[in-house]
Amino acid sequence: MVSKTTSNHKTVGVIGAGSFGTAIANILAEKNHVILYVRTKERAEEIKATGKSADQELNPNIEISNDLETIGNRCEVIFPIIPSANFRSMIKDLSPFLKPYHILIHGTKGFDINVSRSKINSRNKLSREHIRTMSEVILEETSVVRVGCLAGPNLAKEISQHKPAATVVASRFEEVIKTGQSLLKSDRFLIYGSQDLIGIELCGILKNIIAVGAGTVAGLELGENSRSLFISRGLVEMVHIGKALGGNAQAFLGLAGVGDLIATSTSGLSRNYTVGYRLAKGESIGHIIESMEEVAEGVKTIEIIHELAQTYQVRCPITETLFRIIKEEMTVDDAHKYLMKFPFRAEIEIPD
Amino acid sequence: MRKQKTRYSEIIPRKKQWPIVQLARDRKSFIQEVANESFDTLKSLNSKKSLREELETTIHREKLRVKNNPWRVDPKDDKKFWQEMQSRLAESQNLAPDKVKAEEEAILKTILDRYCEEIAGNFKKTSYRFTKTIVTFGFARLLNAARGVKGIRSLFSRQLDLDDKIHVKGEPEHIRSLAKKGTVVMVPTHFSNLDSILIGWVIQHLGLPAFIYGAGLNLFNLKIFAYFMNSLGAYKVDRRKRNPIYLEALKTYSSLAIRRGCHSLFFPGGTRSRSGQIEKALKLGLLGTTIEAQRILYENETPEEPAGKIFIVPVVINYHFTLEAPALINDHLRRTGQERYYRERDEFTTSYKISSFLFKFFTKGSDISVSIGRGLDILGNYVDQEGNSLDSSGKIIDPRDYFRRNGSITVDEQREEEYVRILGKRIVTEFHKYNRVFASHLVAFTAFKYIERKNPKLDLYSLLRLPEEDLVIDYEDFKKAYKKLKKKILKLHKKGEVDVAGHMLEKSDISIELGISNVGMYHARRPLIKKGDKIIIQSMSTLYYYHNRMDGYGLENHI
Repeated sequence: MVSKTTSNHKTVGVIGAGSFGTAIANILAEKNHVILYVRTKERAEEIKATGKSADQELNPNIEISNDLETIGNRCEVIFPIIPSANFRSMIKDLSPFLKPYHILIHGTKGFDINVSRSKINSRNKLSREHIRTMSEVILEETSVVRVGCLAGPNLAKEISQHKPAATVVASRFEEVIKTGQSLLKSDRFLIYGSQDLIGIELCGILKNIIAVGAGTVAGLELGENSRSLFISRGLVEMVHIGKALGGNAQAFLGLAGVGDLIATSTSGLSRNYTVGYRLAKGESIGHIIESMEEVAEGVKTIEIIHELAQTYQVRCPITETLFRIIKEEMTVDDAHKYLMKFPFRAEIEIPD
Repeated sequence: MRKQKTRYSEIIPRKKQWPIVQLARDRKSFIQEVANESFDTLKSLNSKKSLREELETTIHREKLRVKNNPWRVDPKDDKKFWQEMQSRLAESQNLAPDKVKAEEEAILKTILDRYCEEIAGNFKKTSYRFTKTIVTFGFARLLNAARGVKGIRSLFSRQLDLDDKIHVKGEPEHIRSLAKKGTVVMVPTHFSNLDSILIGWVIQHLGLPAFIYGAGLNLFNLKIFAYFMNSLGAYKVDRRKRNPIYLEALKTYSSLAIRRGCHSLFFPGGTRSRSGQIEKALKLGLLGTTIEAQRILYENETPEEPAGKIFIVPVVINYHFTLEAPALINDHLRRTGQERYYRERDEFTTSYKISSFLFKFFTKGSDISVSIGRGLDILGNYVDQEGNSLDSSGKIIDPRDYFRRNGSITVDEQREEEYVRILGKRIVTEFHKYNRVFASHLVAFTAFKYIERKNPKLDLYSLLRLPEEDLVIDYEDFKKAYKKLKKKILKLHKKGEVDVAGHMLEKSDISIELGISNVGMYHARRPLIKKGDKIIIQSMSTLYYYHNRMDGYGLENHI
């Protein structure tokens, strides 16, 4: 059954009560009734008791649930915002309660690998057909077709402090963009639309690599010139990789590309940036990951892109060096020296 | 030894109940309905052009067509009509401002009436029966006469029948069951002018009621063909007319007929595949009418009268050879090469050409297979025997939900455009899946790729111009490459990504021989022959054509 609420007071679902999920739930709750899904019962009870999730006060319009069936049955529009590593299994669990009338707008910035690692070898290299963006996972696992994503400079903490920001809702469907706009828009939250769903998803995913790297530059205290050098080289690398994966360059120049890149590469509020920063300060990657409350998608993305770059023979020195750092084949210091010697032929080449 | 043949009973024995018969009965009011609906749609469209501009361009183009590219089938008053429209439009400018719009709309309606009358089919129950007899009985007799059943007795022999020659594969029972449950839209691949006749035969062979189908107007140039076409439920598509007014009328005709429950047939690739490839980019316009029709059916349904369901059934036709291949591939090369301008010609001009074409086809042509795919709903989901849509996990879903927003069915053009794209993609995937690889396709692919590999620096156009002495392949080398590809295809077959003809399971020597003797067998220059221990390519362009059939499976990495 479709919920009988009027269009002014819809019930909207958010899946995942991490910092970004909670921030989005709070924005949605300003105008709508929201059901926020939390995976475990214990955590749900805890949030209910404290009225707080991920250090953010919850709007009273938010109802906590740990039942996916409730979300599917009562919400026509759902925002899944959970780590990419758990995304497919969650969608599989949700799928029985989804119908083609549902609209899903996800906010997850990572890849899914749909092949078992043991099947990947030198004869069967990791390629685009083995990796999926989250929208592709939704299309594969459910009967939902009206799918979109959220991307942009949206540091959860700043949003929760009611500071002004903007985001991009991308979908091939105008309808999804409009729905996202009407649900999220407020006088301190601007919503742009884009039809380039894959391009925008790639922006959000790839910028995490550069954010990790920018964190190392900051950790080494190399100064602002270095940081800017790194970010702009990083953008070029993002475009190259993005093109190899079937995106187009335009998306990278927008809010979800360069906009998000600047925010995450300059702010200690970004998890990926923090990973890089702590690496540069000499901590081991294992220790950093263990001590973080939430997943830094960048680490997994570095590994995937490193492998894909070899398959497609795309040169991406930043990703390669970061890969060697997290595999502890290289120190951050050496990596920085190596990159300074790297022979870039042209300052910028964006192939059409 | 004769093998047991499947005979299908008619699913609706009483022709009176066929939707197409009912449509033909109130032809006049149907045409009016089409004209009115197209009129309303065109009025509500917010295009960049004003109605006046639209009318001006249309009239201008139509006048040019009458002058530069007239066909015999065109009405005698064509020239007069368009001149009249032109002067009416010009005079309307002098009217009082409040009357101008009304006059413009009146002109639009007049043009639409004319177009709809022209498009509408002229189905006759009686001539359908007659044609059916001709097609099945006549051609079967012809077949026997030509296949050496001697003397006058051949005319009555039942030794050979069309279904000895045309193999229906895939899911024939499924389409029969769907045709009882809803409206079937058949979407076949298109390689040859013969396809429509072939499909016509398949439809009646399977015991299905007549389908309506858009046939190129050029086919109606010949009286005899016009007769056949009309009786098979054809409506007319004039590819010379590409103006939005005509296209709207055409789409509405198709959409309304589907809504009335007429099973329909259209070739989603538009015209015959020029390159010999399986269609990759489909013409989404007509395909879109199925989605629109389904949505309108859902909008108008009541609890007492639930909406009918539309089923899309992909069909793949396989020949060893296409009679028109040399002309088609030349067209293709000219188009992809420098020449941009291409004029839609009527190449099917004389009765003699057609009868010799048909004679060759039915007498000499090697086997043909027609694979009926599994039914899909309007978003490309498989449907079960009962016609329920299934999602990828096999769960039953309600297609109404695709059109729902806040609980009710809504109209959203951009949404439906996306849906058409999704459906088109799904159909292409199904085409590749039901495509049956014949040895002739594979020998052509092997030979062409072999030559391409040997000349890695040459582009396509240089390859096609290679001198004779470079067009010889050692048989053993050829066989090695062929075997490798065959293995890969059988692997794909196992995964369900392609179908193969029975003869592909034979030893390579045997299937190569079969392939070579069949590939393009009746062209003046056969593309491929075997001489001693050499394979000789006689025509690179037709070889290229047949090779294209195997495109899209990633085989090129395996040679």
